[in-house]
Amino acid sequence: MLKLTAILVDGVIYASWLFIVAAGLTLVYGVMRILNLAHGSLYAIGAYAAASAIGWYFKAGYVPAASYLLLVGAALAAGAVVGIAVERGVLRVFYGRDEVVMVLVTYAVLLVLEDLIKLVWGVESYSAYQPYQLLGRATVGPVSFANYDFALVGVSAALAVALWWGLNRTRQGKLLLAVIYDRELATALGINVTRVFVVTFAIGSVLGALAGALTAPAISVTTGLGVEVIVLAFAVVVTGGLGSIGGALVGALIVGLARAASVHLWPEVELFVIYGVMALVLAVRPQGLFAHAAARRI
Amino acid sequence: MGLDRSTLGLGAAALALLAAGPLLPDWLRFVGTVALANALVVLGVLLLMRAGLVSFGQGLYYCIGGYAAGVAGKYWGITDAFVLLALGVAASAAVAAALGLLLSRYREIFFAMFTLAFSMILYGLLTKTQALGSTDGFNVVQASFAGFRPPQASVKGWLYALTVLVAFGCAIALQRYLRSGMGYAGEAIRENEIRVEYLGVSVRRVIYAKYVLAAVLAALGGGLQALATGHVGPDMAYWTTSGEFVFVVLLGGTTHVGAALAASFLFELVKSYVSHLSPYTWQLSLGAVLLAIILFLPKGLWSLRERFARKAA
Repeated sequence: MLKLTAILVDGVIYASWLFIVAAGLTLVYGVMRILNLAHGSLYAIGAYAAASAIGWYFKAGYVPAASYLLLVGAALAAGAVVGIAVERGVLRVFYGRDEVVMVLVTYAVLLVLEDLIKLVWGVESYSAYQPYQLLGRATVGPVSFANYDFALVGVSAALAVALWWGLNRTRQGKLLLAVIYDRELATALGINVTRVFVVTFAIGSVLGALAGALTAPAISVTTGLGVEVIVLAFAVVVTGGLGSIGGALVGALIVGLARAASVHLWPEVELFVIYGVMALVLAVRPQGLFAHAAARRI
Repeated sequence: MGLDRSTLGLGAAALALLAAGPLLPDWLRFVGTVALANALVVLGVLLLMRAGLVSFGQGLYYCIGGYAAGVAGKYWGITDAFVLLALGVAASAAVAAALGLLLSRYREIFFAMFTLAFSMILYGLLTKTQALGSTDGFNVVQASFAGFRPPQASVKGWLYALTVLVAFGCAIALQRYLRSGMGYAGEAIRENEIRVEYLGVSVRRVIYAKYVLAAVLAALGGGLQALATGHVGPDMAYWTTSGEFVFVVLLGGTTHVGAALAASFLFELVKSYVSHLSPYTWQLSLGAVLLAIILFLPKGLWSLRERFARKAA
């Protein structure tokens, strides 16, 4: 019973983190048909930006509670600036190429960003533990958890609702869906696809940076942060079905719970579980769980 | 098939490199050994890329080849280079035969990301294995050659010769393979998979064979690299290593195996300078060059050769 509680809570916490990372990746793929390998770098940039902003903020000694706003603000700013710069500066030139070529292009962007991160922030590690400690801890039955992690679940759920609402209930979101259904027809109907692309990539980048920023207080921010993330996020997205936000949510839950179960029951196989789940799902449904209707990709 | 131009050219280059071996300064010979060992892996990536498949995880087999040589030397006391290489090849072929069953079902981004995932699993495993030195790796035994045990000082020279022979031998064999029916099937698959199926060829089987072949080449490269540097570490399976192999293929182009060999040498030479001069901008320059190649030279540096040849004619 104790283990079951721990697995469930850990799994949901991990899943909510996975969802924030995976949502940006799958959104960009759904709209632009680009598997953005540099998404992991945006995650890292978000983490660094948040960590250094928090470090500065607490050194200056302002009201601790407002640091959460700063955390999100740093991620929004960093994600939007870098995202738009990458889209306008690089990706734009390569539109219309093969999906594989686009992977290579985003790989090149990843290489550039990884070094830029080193040039800006150096190679020493940063920590921004204050927001994490500020919320204290709570106990679920006999197990103790950090409240910050619960807050993460809330943020993730709010993001899921916001994304759903934004896509299905707003004018801009419906324009986006039209582009996803059929890009050519959308263009013919007068939708400004270029603008949709810029906005989508910026949102995707912001989501990546936000995931990094929200994780930063819980970890030590060091180099090489981004790449493990992209492989994980891809596993989640593929399990759920590439390009589907709902799929990312379900994929994150499945992968998160599976990983938590293995951590508590059989830690040696932790690495395999994530890919094992993915392989299992793909063996039954090669397109992932939620990609069955080809037109319904988000 | 007789002795065509490619075979003669590659053979002549191999002989020239062998003859030049004793005259080269130590550092250049070392760079050459590493470059040619890595070129073997690059040949495998090239083989897959001609079939339209990008492997971001060739480091998996590179690492298996290296660790097989390392483990056999460390725990079983085997020092014979040929046996060590054969063990790596066998281990790699076995792993590839199993993973290939799954991977041959996937194309494009799925193939790229799954190969990446598998190599990252091995990386994760190795960093957690204390017995194999965790993140530091461990040292590899000094090689002997079929009972012949050269003195310490000349081992590097012998390894250089062996690497030249293996790399060029494989390159010649691969070039001939690419000009065979099975070789052309790869390009046909890249162009239009459905038509290939209609011609009565099993696409999965062709891709499976190429995948295992690429793994064998990577294991040879990994083994030779391990013997030449005297060290293996989990970084061999890390994504940056695999990414560099992809980079070298794109740099050289996929039209000819010679491109892979030349590009690999160029890459190692530049890397040995630049990565020391400014370690923080090495990846940045790689990324920038990669973008430039995709944009301006989609067929790689080798296509410049044809462009000039056409102008001259």
